[in-house]
Amino acid sequence: MTPRVLCAGDQALAVEFSSRIDAAINARVIALAKSLADDPLPGVRETVPSYRSLLVCYDPEAVRGAALTETLQRRAAAISDAVSASRLWRVPLLFGGSAGLDLEDLAQMKSLSVDELIALFVSPEYRVYMIGFAPGFAYLGGLPELLHTPRLPTPRQRLEAGAVGIGGEQANINSVAGPSGWRFVGRTPLRLFDPARPEPFLFAAGDAVRFVPVSAEEAADLDAAVAAGETIVEPEIR
Amino acid sequence: MSATLSILRSGPMTTVQDAGRPGLLHAGVSGSGPMDPPLFAIANALVGNPDDAAGLEFAGMGGEFSVSAPVRVAVTGDAAARISGEPIAAWESHDLLPGQILRVGALQRGVWGYLAISGGIASPLVLGSRATHLRTGIGGHEGRTLKVGDVLPLGDAIAAPCLRLAQPFARADGPIRVVPGPQDDAFDQGAWDLLAGDGYTVSPTRDRMAQAIEGPKIAAVRGHDIVSDGTPLGSLQVPGSGRPMVLMAERQTTGGYPKIGTVASVDLPRLGQIPTGQPVRFVKISRDDAEELLIAARKALRSLLADLRPKAGLVCESGFLLGINLIDGVAAVAESE
Repeated sequence: MTPRVLCAGDQALAVEFSSRIDAAINARVIALAKSLADDPLPGVRETVPSYRSLLVCYDPEAVRGAALTETLQRRAAAISDAVSASRLWRVPLLFGGSAGLDLEDLAQMKSLSVDELIALFVSPEYRVYMIGFAPGFAYLGGLPELLHTPRLPTPRQRLEAGAVGIGGEQANINSVAGPSGWRFVGRTPLRLFDPARPEPFLFAAGDAVRFVPVSAEEAADLDAAVAAGETIVEPEIR
Repeated sequence: MSATLSILRSGPMTTVQDAGRPGLLHAGVSGSGPMDPPLFAIANALVGNPDDAAGLEFAGMGGEFSVSAPVRVAVTGDAAARISGEPIAAWESHDLLPGQILRVGALQRGVWGYLAISGGIASPLVLGSRATHLRTGIGGHEGRTLKVGDVLPLGDAIAAPCLRLAQPFARADGPIRVVPGPQDDAFDQGAWDLLAGDGYTVSPTRDRMAQAIEGPKIAAVRGHDIVSDGTPLGSLQVPGSGRPMVLMAERQTTGGYPKIGTVASVDLPRLGQIPTGQPVRFVKISRDDAEELLIAARKALRSLLADLRPKAGLVCESGFLLGINLIDGVAAVAESE
């Protein structure tokens, strides 16, 4: 499979592997990003992995787009599909409550009890396909098909950081407070983005996520720990 | 105690900016930084600052400012400015002393103006930069626009003469040039004909994140939803409303709308400076040509910044030597823009 290298202005190229959402394709995107990080090309400033393409930003004074297109085609063809080490995050999730605004409506829509919906939501291992839109905002693939639900017709003005929701066939964890049209089932005390932390961004594209239901009391304890600057979740390297 | 800048009055959108916060697109953080990088670089150079120093960006209206220690200030953009009631020229630096009030009025032309202060604004670094990212409330002064009563720390300034440009900063006019892609195949020639026509104006829906364009609706022949991908600076995207929108300094880093093209880097600041309601036209340009234009524009800016002149009338015994030192200083400025 030869990716297409598309023009994205005079300082960026998009290496597009597919037009679909697919874990194997996403793995290739991330492998190319890693290859360019480990073995940089002159003039390449930064890369942005997304579902099925890698945006490559360059400085045209150091390398011209036409030449970089050819180099990237060769590089992309040479990357292997071998899966490197990945990280699994076990994310505590308090269903319902202040952020779980759509939990009961969703259960009703799907003809499930709230408990059944929760069990279904936490059953898969999710994949972080990309970080985008806002700092640390994680797009999660792997949502069970029964839970696929279109976004709200009118976005809400403000959802808190840590809110966990459903948008179409994806799940997400809000990294910063803000407006959102996603349907929210609960919240995690975990902060995906905190500029004051030594590691400001928790997740990276290619990580795996499992949700672990917690009680309101457990969530309150975790909130307090986060507020005190403690690390509440360490990733499992595998 | 180090020097401070006090905000006595402020326009509606005045923020602390530096050269930007590159390298974090993969983590969802766009670069932020000035909407008009060349104007920002000129302001910094006129007060002898390095290229990564932080200054103020204002939209439309500047404000009133005072300082706790002597500094040099420079305004870029065509704003009427006064120090203690005396008119001062934009595009050159002036001494500002404690007790004096600098008033920066409305821009006569353009949308974004800059105020640089020698020593730079020394607000804390967030993720390696002082640039305010309003959308996420990080950087600059508490991650927000400035308001009356704010007091900002200033860095240490090295005494130097006031400077002016040897020749005015000039920029092309004419249509905004757009490099097709990455989703130009989602549009037909009709879309380009519309963009090149006289039907579009600059919408009031504009901020540091995006600039909406008002006029005929554009249809994407294969629909307006794509699997989200990276959104470079200057992306000309067309959502389902059919209203084109250009992504600016504080844009989202990924998006799910097809991008018919990307505004040529050299023209993006110019687009940002077109006043609301004014007509705007877009024409195709090849990537090669857009790259050439950008390289030439950077070279021209470097030459401009390498040729700053001490202002006439100043007592300057060793003007020649000072000139040499300044050239060293501004050469560094030019490197990163």
